[in-house]
Amino acid sequence: MEHIISVMVENKFGVLSRVAGLFSGRGFNIDSLSVGPTIDPTVSMMTLVTRGDDRIVEQIIKQLNKLIDVIKVIDLSEGAFVARETVLIKISAKGEDRAEALRITDIFRARVVDSTPATYTIEVTGDTNKIEAIINLLKPLGIKDLVRTGRIAIAREEIKTAVQDKPQDKKRFGT
Amino acid sequence: MKLNGAQIFVESLKKEGVKVIFGLPGGVVLKIFDVLYDYKDPEVILTRHEQGAMHMAEGYAKATGKAGVVLVTSGPGMTNTVTGLADASMDSVPLVVFTGQVSTSLIGNDAFQEADNVGISRPCTKYNYLVKDVNDLAQTIKEAFYIATTGRPGPVLVDIPKDVSMNQTEFNYPEKVYIRGYNPTYEGHKWQIKQAAEAILKAKRPILYVGGGTVFSNAFEELREFAEMTQIPVDMTLMALGSFPGTHPLSLGMLGMHGSYTSNMAIHHSDLIIAVGSRFDDRVTGKVSEFAPHAKIIHIDIDPTSIQKIMNVDIPIVGDVKCVLKELNQHLRASLDGRRKEELKPWWNQLEEWKKKNPLTYKQNKDQKIKPPYLIDRLYELTHDQNPIVSTDVGQHQMWAAQFFKLDHPRTWLTSGGLGTMGFGFPAALGAQRAFPGRLVLSIVGDGSFQMNLQEMATAMDYHLPVKVAIVNNGYHGMVRQWQDLFYNSRYSSSFLGQHPDYVKLADAYGAVGLRATKPEEVDGVIKEALKIDKPVLIDFQVDPYENCYPMIPAGGANNEMIMEDPPELRKKEKDKAGMKKAGNGEKEGVLTA
Ligand SMILES: Cc1ncc(C[n+]2csc(CCOP(=O)(O)OP(=O)(O)O)c2C)c(N)n1
Ligand SMILES: [Mg+2]
Repeated sequence: MEHIISVMVENKFGVLSRVAGLFSGRGFNIDSLSVGPTIDPTVSMMTLVTRGDDRIVEQIIKQLNKLIDVIKVIDLSEGAFVARETVLIKISAKGEDRAEALRITDIFRARVVDSTPATYTIEVTGDTNKIEAIINLLKPLGIKDLVRTGRIAIAREEIKTAVQDKPQDKKRFGT
Repeated sequence: MKLNGAQIFVESLKKEGVKVIFGLPGGVVLKIFDVLYDYKDPEVILTRHEQGAMHMAEGYAKATGKAGVVLVTSGPGMTNTVTGLADASMDSVPLVVFTGQVSTSLIGNDAFQEADNVGISRPCTKYNYLVKDVNDLAQTIKEAFYIATTGRPGPVLVDIPKDVSMNQTEFNYPEKVYIRGYNPTYEGHKWQIKQAAEAILKAKRPILYVGGGTVFSNAFEELREFAEMTQIPVDMTLMALGSFPGTHPLSLGMLGMHGSYTSNMAIHHSDLIIAVGSRFDDRVTGKVSEFAPHAKIIHIDIDPTSIQKIMNVDIPIVGDVKCVLKELNQHLRASLDGRRKEELKPWWNQLEEWKKKNPLTYKQNKDQKIKPPYLIDRLYELTHDQNPIVSTDVGQHQMWAAQFFKLDHPRTWLTSGGLGTMGFGFPAALGAQRAFPGRLVLSIVGDGSFQMNLQEMATAMDYHLPVKVAIVNNGYHGMVRQWQDLFYNSRYSSSFLGQHPDYVKLADAYGAVGLRATKPEEVDGVIKEALKIDKPVLIDFQVDPYENCYPMIPAGGANNEMIMEDPPELRKKEKDKAGMKKAGNGEKEGVLTA
């Protein structure tokens, strides 16, 4: 099953390679990984999308927790969450295709963020379904380039586990 | 007053109570070595190879429980430490390893003797640091020792660029550390401990499966009280030997691939496994899907990732073994009564039956070559009253030592378990000898393994470390040869070593003492002679090259499917090869029950 995991980490050099190294060294899957700053300048937030059976995901979460630079790990898939991804798609758009491209952009509430005589660059934000759908519709027009941010996600309700609670994570007791 | 980085380094180590540094100098750490030149304490032990320094520090750490400290130069100095780092990671050995680095301005430029020390060591350390500013040095050293020695111990590497060792700043050693992402759990979950106590009181065929974590948490007394109170038999992993007395009536000895018949049968047939500081390594479980099919599992470990990694666990308890056992003992003391011993009687009857059926044993005929288990048995008999520290290398001799050298005291067993590092034994013994100058330190090594770090003979001489090295010289990579016998039709591809060097001459060349025994009746004599010599002694025990180590669970087999002796085909072949006579009179049989 797919899991989206939020990992709050120290904002220090080398942390990304510790997390990436954990996944490669232990043969865990990693579908996407995005990192960014938070309102606290000493802390960064990573959103990881991974797959595996329960035992593997439990290991992933425990191994992440074990990293000294990891402050908190939340498996968002355990509750309700909102996930979004942004994509920039550059398509070739000439003649009649230009109108078709704009129609599709409109339907998906996407935006044209750049335009040249031969191309449009479209920005779309949404969940995976929406993104896949617009990509499929734009394909016939000719996609020249495509860049995705990877998913970021946030829990819908306030997560009760406080930062200091890392060792109290219920996964650690397996209960 | 302002100090330079090198002075801060040494003063910080003094604050940490470091007495010895194992190391070898080079360009970028010369400033640090220069400062150390003025100090007697900490003392620098100059090794002949950085790998030697690493294993010495490991031996020191395992024997004392304190962090072992290593100081080496950049580039090749650091890369030579990698095996030791990986070994210490696997076996949870607290080390703080300081590596030199090129100056900060040169990092990333492929400078002379530059290596990405932090990148190379990341997967084989518990944590690592690159100190970019002298103002961070003291704090980093404090954190390094804290991380290495707390929680599940492990190696921490601190990379110090040359300019950082020269730059000056005010020295303030921090009193405390707080690392928000690092809070090991020591106290076990109360409810889980209660559940465990209840399960223990109900079990009909319980077994303790004790691992190295028991040693690191110094839980010897708690474990002993627990076992004696509950009358539960004790299986030990290779790493745990000594954490429970090997001669105790409740001990079944080592379990796993070369464990005793009884210990493996016991865990296979148990209805409750109490795993204490152990991690269900594949050398213990064999085929996981057939491991202990009837058992419920209680798993106590300080490392949450060890729990539920291999086996489904019924009652997981994250915590320090000592703390958890203490609390568990309290519960049990209140609820146990005399009936428990009665209730476990059928289980113990079964265990005694297994012990009788297949005791750990060997046969030594006086016309035969020295049988390695006989040798280990004699070493044990002639030294155990001195409570020696015993180190081993990796291979058959290691397994025989684990089977036949019964250790009754914790921190007397130095062996490379998780990584299985040949070349570990001799330097580890030197490290332990440095920690305990007056004690008898025995190093039981293989001829193959010993040759991987024999350059440390010079270190042994320099620092007067009178380790007694017993070379179990079978002229082979014996364990490899054994697998080739059993699984590759005795095709000895690259496992033959032959008889070089001449170990007696080698000892002589270093100024140490070399002794040799080629016949069983010579064994006692050379051991006794070696014990009288206050110098490093190398004893070349020329043993039967074709002896194989049993019991053995073939890789991927289940624990109740042990091979107990050479298959008949092989027995014949080997007898022919060894040109041995038929067992005649004067046969001496040693039977050790475990
Ligand atoms: C550094 C290293 N290289 C290779 C191996 C694989 N290996 C395991 S046991 C063994 C043979 C060890 O020979 P020896 O030290 O003579 O011990 P014996 O088995 O003969 O007692 C080898 C090559 C290893 N464990 N470590
Ligand atoms: Mg050998």
